[in-house]
Amino acid sequence: MMRVRFWGTRGSLPVALTAADVRAKLVVALKLARGRALETDADIERCIDAMPFEIAGTFGGSSPCVEIEPGGDEFVVCDLGSGLRAFGQAALARHGPTKPCTYHVFVSHVHWDHIMGLPFFTPAYIPGNRVIFYGGHPGLEAALRRQMDVPSFPIDFSYLRADLAFVRLEPGVPVEVAGMTVHTKLQRHAGDSYGYRFERGGKSIVYTTDSEHKLADPEEARSFAEFFHAADLVIFDAMYSLADAISVKADWGHSSNITGVELCQSAGVKHLCLFHHEPANDDAAIAALLADARRYEEITRLAAPLAISAAYDGLVIAL
Amino acid sequence: MTLPSRRYADVTVAAPAGRIDHEVASKLEAAVLPLLDPDASPAGIVLDFSRVDYISSVGLRVLMIAAKSVRGRGGRIGVAALSPVVAEIFAISRFDAVLHVFPTVRDALAAISPSALASYATHAPASGR
Repeated sequence: MMRVRFWGTRGSLPVALTAADVRAKLVVALKLARGRALETDADIERCIDAMPFEIAGTFGGSSPCVEIEPGGDEFVVCDLGSGLRAFGQAALARHGPTKPCTYHVFVSHVHWDHIMGLPFFTPAYIPGNRVIFYGGHPGLEAALRRQMDVPSFPIDFSYLRADLAFVRLEPGVPVEVAGMTVHTKLQRHAGDSYGYRFERGGKSIVYTTDSEHKLADPEEARSFAEFFHAADLVIFDAMYSLADAISVKADWGHSSNITGVELCQSAGVKHLCLFHHEPANDDAAIAALLADARRYEEITRLAAPLAISAAYDGLVIAL
Repeated sequence: MTLPSRRYADVTVAAPAGRIDHEVASKLEAAVLPLLDPDASPAGIVLDFSRVDYISSVGLRVLMIAAKSVRGRGGRIGVAALSPVVAEIFAISRFDAVLHVFPTVRDALAAISPSALASYATHAPASGR
């Protein structure tokens, strides 16, 4: 079984709930709980479980970091956003800080929201660990080093005492990593970005973020349908509404929930996960984009249903 | 695709039909472009969607191109008479926030040009008045 664990799901910039946000959620939650039996802890849990996720939970605020668990001792993670800090702590807790581990890190691109977590990734400071960075950008290593240079950060890159390696990936040239076959695809984004398709044991996961889709280009749509083909899960940049994506935010390098539905339907995907949430969107706005995507899928469904979810920090999807 | 259209004073009313999906959108774009010319529709254009069953993202992109073109020269554009499903797609995609949507062609013309509305009242098919 493969599993996907989301450590950071917000795009562009990490965000956090404010005190006012939490209070507003509590007010709604208490109203929803009026009249319900809350005598036992189980009663309270049931009451919370019945509430909408945008009230009882939050989509979270760390920037992109997604763990792929193929089974086995080696770690695989996509992107080094601020969610990487929590991933690193959990990884150490899983095996203990003294057991040497291998971390395979696939980097979509080197914009700051996708690399900012590395200085806080504790396993990279521990001798004996191996951290292998994979990416399509020739300047990947330089970008990771630069963000830790004085005066940007007080600890130089050279203090990362794990065994570090960099592997340049090329679109169309699959590689074998941690028992998986990994395919790379060039995407439309300022400075380029790369999507990754992970395959193992008949299961497939596509990580495709910071990728703008030009709707008028049928060849581009065809190539993405091929990349997504029959995937069990597609983690998709759905930062905007369709109207925003092709009007005021055209050429910003991101996509929409509606485009995600259409591409996944055309590719026969089983599960679409909306990802890289807009930092200006609160939980209600993200929940609305999710509801819109689900309704659009219903309206346009021609074959098997496409499951749709919205990623949140802490979400686990088992395949 | 054929795009039936008719001019009412300084506004052109065009009426696409059927499913505007990925196959049809490029044909719609080719058919709409000549209507965006200031000589063809000085005050603007109304798209009568009463016979449109469905529109995909690529079709909506064509509407965005048309809106940018017409607005760029100071004209106005309206989309009228959406079916319930198409109205829902406009809401889901948030296009109802970037395009002016009207219940009827008459309402759209009233908002864009009084002279076009007067012409429509005189010359439109009986079913459209």
